[in-house]
Amino acid sequence: MSGSLAASDLSVRYETPHGAVHALRHVDIEAHPGEVIGIVGESGCGKSTLVTALANLLPANARVDGSIRYNGVDLAKLDAHRQRLLRGDEIALVSQDPMTAFNPVLTIGDQLVDFQHHRKDLGRAQKRARIAAMLGRVGIADAERRMQSYPHELSGGMRQRVAIAAALLTDPGLLIADEPTTALDVTMEAQIIHLLRELRREYNGIIIVVSHHLGVIAELCDRVYVMYAGEVVEGGEVDAIFHDARHPYTQALLACDPARFHERLDRLPTIPGSLPNLTQPPSGCVYAPRCDRAFAPCAAIAPPLVKLAAAHVARCHAVTP
Amino acid sequence: MLAYAVKRIGLGLLILVLVMIAMYAAVFLVPGDPATVALGPRATPELKRLLIERMGLDQPVWWQIIEFFRNALTGNLGYDVWSNRPVSTLVLEALPNTLILGLTALTVALLIGVPLGCLSVMRRGTAADAVIGVLSVGVIAVPSFVVAIYSLLLFAVTLRWLPAIGAGEAGDFVSQAKALVMPAAAIALGWIGYIARMVRASMMEVMGEPHIRTARSFGLPEWKIVSKYALRIAIIPTISLVAVGLGSILSSAVFVEAVFARPGIGKLITDAVNTRNYPVVMGTVLIMTAIYVSITIAADLLIARLDPRVRDVFRG
Amino acid sequence: MSSVADASLSVPDRQRFPLLRALLADPFTCVALILVTGFLVTAIFAPFLAPYSPVKIDVLHKLQPPSMEHWFGTDHLGRDLLSRVIYGARTALTIAMVSVAIAGAIGLLLGLIAGYGPRWLDAILVLSFDSLNSLPMIMFALAIITVLGAGTGTLIIVIAATSFPSYARLIRAQTLALKNSDYILAERLIDASAARIIFIHLLPNVVGPLIILLSMDIPVVIMVEAGLSFLGLGVRPPTPSWGSILYDGYTSIRSAPFMVIFGGLPLVLATLGFTFLGEGLRDYLDPRLQLRRPA
Repeated sequence: MSGSLAASDLSVRYETPHGAVHALRHVDIEAHPGEVIGIVGESGCGKSTLVTALANLLPANARVDGSIRYNGVDLAKLDAHRQRLLRGDEIALVSQDPMTAFNPVLTIGDQLVDFQHHRKDLGRAQKRARIAAMLGRVGIADAERRMQSYPHELSGGMRQRVAIAAALLTDPGLLIADEPTTALDVTMEAQIIHLLRELRREYNGIIIVVSHHLGVIAELCDRVYVMYAGEVVEGGEVDAIFHDARHPYTQALLACDPARFHERLDRLPTIPGSLPNLTQPPSGCVYAPRCDRAFAPCAAIAPPLVKLAAAHVARCHAVTP
Repeated sequence: MLAYAVKRIGLGLLILVLVMIAMYAAVFLVPGDPATVALGPRATPELKRLLIERMGLDQPVWWQIIEFFRNALTGNLGYDVWSNRPVSTLVLEALPNTLILGLTALTVALLIGVPLGCLSVMRRGTAADAVIGVLSVGVIAVPSFVVAIYSLLLFAVTLRWLPAIGAGEAGDFVSQAKALVMPAAAIALGWIGYIARMVRASMMEVMGEPHIRTARSFGLPEWKIVSKYALRIAIIPTISLVAVGLGSILSSAVFVEAVFARPGIGKLITDAVNTRNYPVVMGTVLIMTAIYVSITIAADLLIARLDPRVRDVFRG
Repeated sequence: MSSVADASLSVPDRQRFPLLRALLADPFTCVALILVTGFLVTAIFAPFLAPYSPVKIDVLHKLQPPSMEHWFGTDHLGRDLLSRVIYGARTALTIAMVSVAIAGAIGLLLGLIAGYGPRWLDAILVLSFDSLNSLPMIMFALAIITVLGAGTGTLIIVIAATSFPSYARLIRAQTLALKNSDYILAERLIDASAARIIFIHLLPNVVGPLIILLSMDIPVVIMVEAGLSFLGLGVRPPTPSWGSILYDGYTSIRSAPFMVIFGGLPLVLATLGFTFLGEGLRDYLDPRLQLRRPA
């Protein structure tokens, strides 16, 4: 069932009245069954565009270059019907905000039955039984009654559990969790992380976790891709990224994580400057204007992806293997 | 929910009372007494006195108003000045014809308009969407009684497919149904366009919501997303407008009823207006306003039932 | 956009007539604009355009089909139908414009009072707007006609009375929103007079949406005038009205079907023209305003 995922030289731009926005440029990522991949970066770095492209849910004004191969099949070459059948069967998405992810006028049970539409072999009663079992597995007590509830009758944490259950119900080979804890408070966040950690032990597909929260990534993932302004700037094993970050942006990002400070600081550190304008991406390194280690070639020549170790890469002129 | 219902119904009753008071005041304030106006050149002193007595015009105006409501509560809306038949009987005889016409027209409009709106959304941005859009505005703009006259000319006079006038033979379903086709179609036409546009507009709003993305991410087919996930929400504002629409269809059926000489409320009130038959006008206006106001209230309560979010606000 | 010269040439025009350019860009609005202009010209120059007097009776030549002398034929009293249709445009447009203007003025005044005046007055006015709005329009109109008797004056009163509440509500909502905006609060801080605030600041800002709403109501009013005249409750004969032409044609629909065709066509074209023009205006100026209900 589950296969490997590989995006190569993937670029996405949105055609807008103000010009094309190059939201994703020349991204290479890969993931294998059983792996948990983290994608981290600040807002606007393109991580949501990346997962939306992977889940094949880009809006109509998006133009895609490059390829996404899942299980050896190029997704862009499939017709719209096959693409749709892949969604919710092989590829499942747990979306960002559990508050708005479900239809407000249909019951949870009704929606989760519909989401199993690929399983033609099951009757409605069997589908409901699967839902009840799955809701129990993600830690929802009284599953039978919860299925009769409308989304607004559940708490945010419970809705996020339901969202995860919905994704798991389809037995996907690729599970994408887009900011799964961002909309939740700290206690709920801890519970959802705990749930995802438990799930990864029994699950043998690919999990992709997107977050701007370094702690979430560190706790859940095997490998991490760090994104900045639509590009992957560094990628590697979670230990390598967190303990031996090489790209100046990754280093700055880690330096700004409040969770890493043990003593009180008068001012939280920040990265000076702001994201480049993505309607006209710079010809050199995207990070050069904010980088404290930038030198002559950085502004003019785009840096290549430098291979630092077996699985550790960084896109920077200043790093050497 | 109950408090809300009570408040809405109270306001509705208040509106009815205010309307009738305003109408009595207007009759009272207009120069020339209604009896003389109604009788016209036929006015003789005896006839006038009789009519004034029968219309209760010899009483002070506040007493007339109180009398009217006191009687209305017991189901007595006064008597036809000319035939002396009870107004309530006249209205009850005419009302079914108008109700059947209005409900048929609205049902037809919904059955065609909602799918058209959905189709527009599924094919958004294409030629089909544009054609539906322009046609919708077009049919909204064309007055229903002109449609009625043209269809009368085409289908009854020229082609002789359908009966030209009346509501069909009493007790004969086929003849009644035939008599219903043209008037109902004339009224429904504009509403098809209106409903299609309403459904499209509110559906487009819903299609941008995150839960639609969720449904897409699970690979649900587009028709199911449109017809179940989006329509369930988008239909709510449409239902309120359509329900209010039934009220206005019932009263604006006047024109179409006149074209087809259909013995409904329209004909009753038009004749009464032409002969200055005050009790009949007042009684009919009161009943039609009451129906209109109650339909509006019912629509609001229905919306509260349909949307679980609103439902809980009222419950809590 | 193909060359620099093209772009530089088109810029001053676009700045000079942005509204007209936007309206002409859409083919339907463009046709609607032509129709509306045509009806306005017809209404204004009716005496010069009409080949005959619209009220001259000639029973010897009654119910004549279209011919070279009478392009639209003659009615049951031998009056020239084309002339009656041309003068009918004058009747329809005059009543529509006058009644909508009166309703707009009343709505503007009461809306400003409700929005800017004291709370208790606002509450009373809103209750009366809502009461009037919750009446079935045609029933209300028929009730007024019973009391006042049919005629052009009554028609204008009926239309103004049934449509001003929704204008007043719109103006009130706009006024309330503006009243608490920063710049009005700043004006009040420097003790600007109420008149200054209303005339310099509120009025120019609330008039725009009102004009869209008024323009969208014109086809409805044209239809109501024709409808009531059709029932014999609108303009009095012999004043030519599309509605009464339709009624005259309706009574002789078997012998002279051309009468309803020529009586209905201008009515349909006028309501279509004004409706599409109103839609175009709304789309350009304020797309959030509500859709119109069928007539």
